[in-house]
Amino acid sequence: MKPLEGYLVLDFCQYLSGPYAALRLADFGAHVWKVENPEGGDLYRSLNISNLRIDGDQPIFHAANRGKESLAVDLKDAAQRPMLEKLIGKADVMLVNYRPGVAKRLGLDYETVRALNPGIVYGSISGYGAEGPWASRSGQDLLAQSVSGLPFLNGNQNQPPLPMGVGVTDIVSGEQLVQGVLSGLYRKAVSGEGACVEVSLLEAALDIQFEGLTAFLNDGELPVRSAVHNANPYIGAPYGIYSTKNGYLAIAMTPIPGLGELLDCPALLAYQDSASWSDKRDEIKAILVGHLLGETTEHWLSLLEPADIWCANVQNWDQLLQTEGYRVLGMEQDAITGNGVPVRTLRCPIRIDGERYYNAKGAPKLGEHDAVYLDQVLRQE
Amino acid sequence: MDFSQYLAGPSAALRLADLGARVIKVENPKTGDNSRHLSLKNMFSDGDSVNFQAINREKESFAADLKNPHDLQMVKRLVAQADVLVENFRPGVMKKFGLDWEGTSALNTRLVYATVTGYGTEGPWRSKPGQDLLVQSLSGLAYMNGNGDQPPTPFGISIVDTFTGTHLTEGVLACLVRRAKTGRGGRVEVSLLESALYLQLEGLTTYFNGNHQLPIRSKVNNAHPYVGAPYGIYETKDGYIAISMGSVLEVGKILSCEALQAYPDPDSWFPQRDEIKQILCEHLRTRTTGEWLALLDQAHYWSSEVLDWKQMSESDGFQALHFVQDIHRCGNTPLYTTRCPIHYNGELLRTQKGAPRLGEDGEKIIADFQLDGKEAEER
Repeated sequence: MKPLEGYLVLDFCQYLSGPYAALRLADFGAHVWKVENPEGGDLYRSLNISNLRIDGDQPIFHAANRGKESLAVDLKDAAQRPMLEKLIGKADVMLVNYRPGVAKRLGLDYETVRALNPGIVYGSISGYGAEGPWASRSGQDLLAQSVSGLPFLNGNQNQPPLPMGVGVTDIVSGEQLVQGVLSGLYRKAVSGEGACVEVSLLEAALDIQFEGLTAFLNDGELPVRSAVHNANPYIGAPYGIYSTKNGYLAIAMTPIPGLGELLDCPALLAYQDSASWSDKRDEIKAILVGHLLGETTEHWLSLLEPADIWCANVQNWDQLLQTEGYRVLGMEQDAITGNGVPVRTLRCPIRIDGERYYNAKGAPKLGEHDAVYLDQVLRQE
Repeated sequence: MDFSQYLAGPSAALRLADLGARVIKVENPKTGDNSRHLSLKNMFSDGDSVNFQAINREKESFAADLKNPHDLQMVKRLVAQADVLVENFRPGVMKKFGLDWEGTSALNTRLVYATVTGYGTEGPWRSKPGQDLLVQSLSGLAYMNGNGDQPPTPFGISIVDTFTGTHLTEGVLACLVRRAKTGRGGRVEVSLLESALYLQLEGLTTYFNGNHQLPIRSKVNNAHPYVGAPYGIYETKDGYIAISMGSVLEVGKILSCEALQAYPDPDSWFPQRDEIKQILCEHLRTRTTGEWLALLDQAHYWSSEVLDWKQMSESDGFQALHFVQDIHRCGNTPLYTTRCPIHYNGELLRTQKGAPRLGEDGEKIIADFQLDGKEAEER
């Protein structure tokens, strides 16, 4: 039995963060209704990220919304309100990612919803929290990264601050919302009480920096990125990704003199003092840059792996998909739309009771399940 | 019970502690969690790395040598009473002590058993070291980050460990929800590699369905390989500015950058993003961040200043979050760290309890859970 079988979730969210959270709940077995504006629906359907469209929608929309059902409701139409309230009354979980103030205007804030359904677990994602001078700013991934300091950890020292090339604040805030909602459901199962759970893109961005931030909060010193192939401003040489004769090689933490011996790089033997691996990080890494270009990735791996040095090939997706290590995971699945169009995407990354959760149900068309919904709600009367 | 070391497993147990659980770290009496000795910038406090103390705040420590039958017996008595067990040993290690899923569920059918591995339990990589940079490298993640003319650039934080820990917590909480209905525990498994792949959900889905076209990073101030101009962070006269997605023409008008009017076709903003962004680079250097933001804000265009931690920590926006908390070990000066990012019923989940010294809570745990042999027999 999947853990959330029998639970009903209403997903009022758009774009990535909230829908991504509702997707996990769907993968865990919950029944998820995506409640969308009849005029175009979730803006992620049409966001111009790539020119690729599958069955009318962006691949990224399919990725974040498979396994759900779509219900088109005009939230500003008073005539539709009674039906919506019935649905809220039946739900276990409701997720929103409106800007502060909008939910209240739509009559979808926690106070209003709790009056309709005291046991509901209400989850909300904002950009910067509900209070403070940034509360009304646009909650967008690049902007949240930019005020959080995150881009100053990424990229090389001579570059401008470099944002992370994945929508990390959207994704991580979605994950944190799932954690909050599940803990709310657990407490509800034990005590019957509902809950209001709130997360934000900015707090997610801060949380993923907690290691460096803790250092900064205690010594007040800003991190300095490595000038040579930065990988983490807080970790000394040789930590990084290097070019080789035919590709790239990643080397994690390891003592420098031992590495020098294995790689036959005598210049590294001068760095016997472990403090120098941090203090002279760029100098050491520059030596490695020159040395590692001389041979192939396979050659270097054949020297380092038998000595249990933490190292790896650096693969792009084409190379990754060729590996047995990737194939045994069975991460890919096809989600099939209502029109029978398959969308290749990833399964839930969490295994439960030894089972990998595949879900072949594709993302819905806007309003695809209106009739089912009307039938279900009306039948109950 | 948290048997795990380093970051992924302990960060999952930390979240459970933040949410109110009593978390007991079970540690080897000689060295304990290896991250006690693994520091960032050589920062230690009271004998343990500051980093360890941030990841293990609120927890208790029980030192037990699993090779010693007496200790193992006590650990098993604790397992019999636990709700959750988190471990990240290499495959096979817990089985040796009868502490694998089969062994522990025989002691406690309500137990939720949570495992982190590097690459799963099968296949050629199962015994490879599960380390953040290596998993970033193998999973393709480093090819999403950095500029197009750079080597693959890893994310400058332990993103894979952190993300995997998040998944582990979710699996544990889902099993606890189910247990409240069924009375039975469950087994949760995550791996660094599967989580690193999932972090790339959007890109990989586009790749799978778009004839396996690899992502191409922007050569100029890359911010996301799938997003066209003007998306990115740019240098200004006195700092930096972030400009989010929107119309290149509109940005051109707002910023009085005539050259951008040469790109009227929205379909050109992705393929010609490098030249468009290069124009913006040169234009934005001519005035200050404040001057540009005033224009962009007035036009409601998505943009932002770019703050380092000093600037951020002094800002009213950051201070309104109350994100910093001080944690204490008995009698010691406080350590400052961040709080749990989840708000619960309008409240912040904060703590003052610092990370435990190795084995610090042994006697209390033995008493509370009656792990001592005699008492257990009398019972």
